[in-house]
Amino acid sequence: MGKIVAVTGNEACAQALKQINPDVCAAYPITPATDLMQRFSGFVNDGKVDTELVLVESEHSAMSACIGAAAAGGRVATATSSQGLALMWEMLYIAAGSRLPIIMPLVNRALSAPLNIHGDHSDGMGARDTGWIQIYSENAQEAYDNLIQSFRIAEHLDIRTPAMVCMDGFIVSHSIERVEYIDDADVKNFVGKFQAVHPLLDLDNPKSYGPLILTDLYHEYKRAQHEVMTKVPKVALEVAADFEKMTGRKYGLFETYRLEDAEIAIVVMSSAAGTTKDIIDEYRDKGIKAGLLKPRLFRPFPYLEIADALKHVKAIAVLDRADSFGGYGPLFMEISGAVMSMDTKPAMINKIFGLGGRDYLPDQAEQVLDELVKIAKTGKVENVKEYIGVRE
Amino acid sequence: MSKKFWETLPQGSVVLEAGSSAKFKTGAWRSMRPKWTEENCIQCMFCWIYCPDMAVKVTAEGKRENFDYDYCKGCGICALECPGKKGKKAIVMEEEGK
Repeated sequence: MGKIVAVTGNEACAQALKQINPDVCAAYPITPATDLMQRFSGFVNDGKVDTELVLVESEHSAMSACIGAAAAGGRVATATSSQGLALMWEMLYIAAGSRLPIIMPLVNRALSAPLNIHGDHSDGMGARDTGWIQIYSENAQEAYDNLIQSFRIAEHLDIRTPAMVCMDGFIVSHSIERVEYIDDADVKNFVGKFQAVHPLLDLDNPKSYGPLILTDLYHEYKRAQHEVMTKVPKVALEVAADFEKMTGRKYGLFETYRLEDAEIAIVVMSSAAGTTKDIIDEYRDKGIKAGLLKPRLFRPFPYLEIADALKHVKAIAVLDRADSFGGYGPLFMEISGAVMSMDTKPAMINKIFGLGGRDYLPDQAEQVLDELVKIAKTGKVENVKEYIGVRE
Repeated sequence: MSKKFWETLPQGSVVLEAGSSAKFKTGAWRSMRPKWTEENCIQCMFCWIYCPDMAVKVTAEGKRENFDYDYCKGCGICALECPGKKGKKAIVMEEEGK
């Protein structure tokens, strides 16, 4: 079953889109996502897919065209990064509020200024409250697998909400890795036939999208939108279970690594989790009980499940590849929210790392684990938030 | 268990009934009311052209009728544009409720 290949994250995602064969893609190039849609446009050109590719003049237009196509009743996908996502901002809310299950690989990249094309999570974190489902991937295999699963999650009739599938710019999008492709027929069968809900092209039943809803009903529509998000974790786990049956690859709401008996833990998302796991192994060899938790589903955020996984840990470091200037890192704030429900609260520190593609090196993980060892012993936190890997 | 009110709303605020905006009687907003005097009207149709709310009724023969007060917001554009006959306006604005 399947085929083992050496491909980049972008190539793997383009392959997933090819296998899914969406009705419409509207996209505008932006580094490092350009390569993904460029490869996909090659498939369109070569007749490998039936997709109507709409080449637009900006990301705002790309998302607008996706919204139109999704409202018309199509299965729709696009991809973007950084400034592109920022330019889509207004339309992201409209896609989510109109309950249009558009799928978008987001190749995470830093936001300007200063101008930078490399990987961090500033773009995705900025879109946290748009109402999109957000799934973060550690490597090309996860990006490929998550992208395929995201169609099932987003299009589920109880959900009908757009989803971003995130991977680190360049680190994953442009690095060649071993990836196991699933057979075309299996992907097709797994994703299933698209079911349109309230399509505009159903001309016998005319309808309107995007009405003005004022003080009488807006609050209720938002309440309904929140409710939909609460249903996502269950659906994501059902889809993951089906996916495991097909591929043997297991996915949860988050991944834990040597966490079961850990006294100290690092919480980090995406590619940095891989490096961290190596260093955790080294510390385990030294007899230090270190573990890792890697969130996969960031929106909706599984607070209670994560609190349960971390409840025995004495000291936690949350590593954020994005900053909220004047606040704690966005992931730290979520973990703080999870910890709030615990009876015995662990000591917590927040490290900002890897902004603008700054390498996350093993010695940074070591530095964090050494500090956690000290905090677990003394229970004292000196600085809650600090930058690591910064030139001083 | 019966559904909460917000659970009964159509998904994504889609309006499933065509032409339902006709039910939205914007005339209720009006504080000034246009009054049409037929004998001063030269049937120039300026009021019909200028009306932003299609609140000037016209017969199948193209003859001006009275206002559609369900939708007239009382903006007064028709009264301003009305040339009238021999210096007498066919449309004048009056305070609502008088």
